Order: sequence, then structure tokens, then C-alpha cells
Amino acid sequence: MTDKVHMVEVAEGVKAIPEANILITSVDFLANWGRAGSLWPLSFGLACCAIEMMVAGAAHNDLDRFGIIFRGAPRQSDLMIIAGTLTKKMAAVARRVYDQMPEPRYVVAMGSCACTGGIFNTYSTVQGVEKIMPVDVYIPGCPPRPEALLDGMMMLQDKVKTESCKWGGWR
Amino acid sequence: MGRLEIDMGPKEAAEALKSSFASEVREIAEFKGGQVSVTVAKAKIREMMRFLHDAPELQFQFLSEIGGVDYMGKKEPRYEVIYVVFSMPHKAYLTVKAQVPEDDLAIDSVMDIWVGADWRERECFDMFGIKFNDHPDLRRILMPDDWEGFPLRKDYPLQADLGDREWKGYLDVVALYERNKKYEVHSR
Repeated sequence: MTDKVHMVEVAEGVKAIPEANILITSVDFLANWGRAGSLWPLSFGLACCAIEMMVAGAAHNDLDRFGIIFRGAPRQSDLMIIAGTLTKKMAAVARRVYDQMPEPRYVVAMGSCACTGGIFNTYSTVQGVEKIMPVDVYIPGCPPRPEALLDGMMMLQDKVKTESCKWGGWR
Repeated sequence: MGRLEIDMGPKEAAEALKSSFASEVREIAEFKGGQVSVTVAKAKIREMMRFLHDAPELQFQFLSEIGGVDYMGKKEPRYEVIYVVFSMPHKAYLTVKAQVPEDDLAIDSVMDIWVGADWRERECFDMFGIKFNDHPDLRRILMPDDWEGFPLRKDYPLQADLGDREWKGYLDVVALYERNKKYEVHSR
């Protein structure tokens, strides 16, 4: 028996004890690592941005390789991509779907319309989704290219990785 | 049914309409590319549309669209309801513009000729407040049922801030968010 345990840092914030086949890290790191690696967005397309969102999910860009898999139900989703123009009539629906998502939940405002209302400064359009729900990442563009959406998702992953104490019932 | 022998274009159709309803037709105009429009009074719109639809030499059996226009301050009478009809055998479009004055904001429905006019007329009612007589189900189609005002009228606010005219259904959602903000996981 040795006085000092032999430890190796295998990644930032993760240490291993090779002899015992054990990894040591914080719960924050583990939860954030799991979350950032499996951000499941809700399929919620409102306008032309949804077409770019579909392209980002298709073979060429392939969101699946980041663990981003579109879900058909809010109860299975971590993330809501507001892809397109949100009308006032749709606002209640979007909010209701958001309310059905389990926490922690994230919102990405994709495109000019979702960010600020864009060119639609009109009677029927919500001037930015932050009026009805908290937004984590804003992606400008009209519509943003799939690369921009990918960049936004990477930003969200980075944000998720910096969270602390967002686990357990007490939070 | 083969092709008709007489080649009937939109101009001939407009003239045929004029010869049958001389007192109703106000103006026949041609826009570039042979797009012909007939401006008519609204009183006999149903009879005129029935004529365009049924007359064997015309056969405008396809209702392409119905729209509305507000000419506030530009033209009298203020409103127009625009019908675009298409004749399949003649491959011809004809635009019929029915004048609707502000003090009598109603026009006969053409739903007994084209059932497809249903939603078009509802949209026109929704946006301009033009009433369609004898329409079986005339209520708003795009805007919420309790929306106030008719958005495509020229005296309706153009920008997003409707002030104290804002729709209550939207204000409720905003109020709900403001009230529950402190419970969001982000604010913990």
C-alpha cells in the first residue's frame, strides 16, 4: 500500500485512478457533459427558418453527430428552436409548448424574426420571443444558414457546460 | 368537348359582360400583357358572376382569387372587392372589381356559384370588414375571433405597437411570463 494514490488528469476536470479503474469528477461536470452531448430540440418550425433547420438536420450538416436529435414531443425535449416568425396568435401556443418541456430547458431564437420581429414590425408579429420566454442563444440571419445554426448550437453547448448546481430536485 | 371555335380572350369577355350588364359596368381597363379588368357596381355582382360562370361562350368556371382593396383618400368609393376568374377552355383570366362604398360596407356572396369562395370571402371580411351577404359562416379566419379592428384598412396602425388597442390574448401571454419569470430555471 502506497501513501499517495496515483492519479492522472485525463481531461479538464476529470481525473483517473488507473489501478482502480476509477474516474473522479464533479457532479456539475458529469451533468453538464451529459446534457451538452444530448441536446434534444423540439421540432417547432414556424416559417422559412424551419427549412434551414431541416437542412441542418439532414445529411450534409447532420446535427445527429452532436447528439442533437429532433423530438416530436415537448416532454422529451431539452431545447426549443424558435425557427421563424412568431405571431401574436401563435404566442400562446409557443408558450404552452414551452411550459410542457421539463427543466432544464433552453430556447434558441433562430433568425431575425424570432430575435426582434425582423422586417415584420406589424400588428400581428411578436417583436422578439424574449417577450414571452427566456432566450439562451440568438442566431441572426434571414434565414441563418445551417452553419449559423450549428454555431448557435455549439454556443449553447458551451453555455450548458458552464452551468453549476442545475441538477437534483432542490437546485 | 373540343376546343371552342371562337377564340375568346379576356377583352371579348369584358365586352360580353358589358353588353349584358351595361348599367353596371363602370370601366374596362387593360394592363400590360393583356390583363383586362372590369370595374362594376356591387348591386348585381352575383348575377354578373353567374353570367361569367354559365354563359357557354365564356365559361369562367374557376375562381382564382378574391381580394380587397382600401383606397382611402385616393379614390371614391373607398373599397373594392376584386375577383379573378379563369376560363379553362379559353385559357383566359378576367379581373372583376366591385366597388363597395364606405357607408354600405356589404356585397353579395358568390358562394352559391363557387363554394371555394368561402374562405376568400372570410379573409376579405377579416382584413377589411366588408360584409358578404348570405355567406353561411362569416367570421374571422386569420385573426383571432376577439381581435378588434380590420388590419388591412389604411387607417389601421402599421407598426407592431398597437398601444391600448393591443390584443388581449397576447397581453395575457406576456403577463403570464412576467409573473412567472422568477420560477424559470435560469433565474434560480
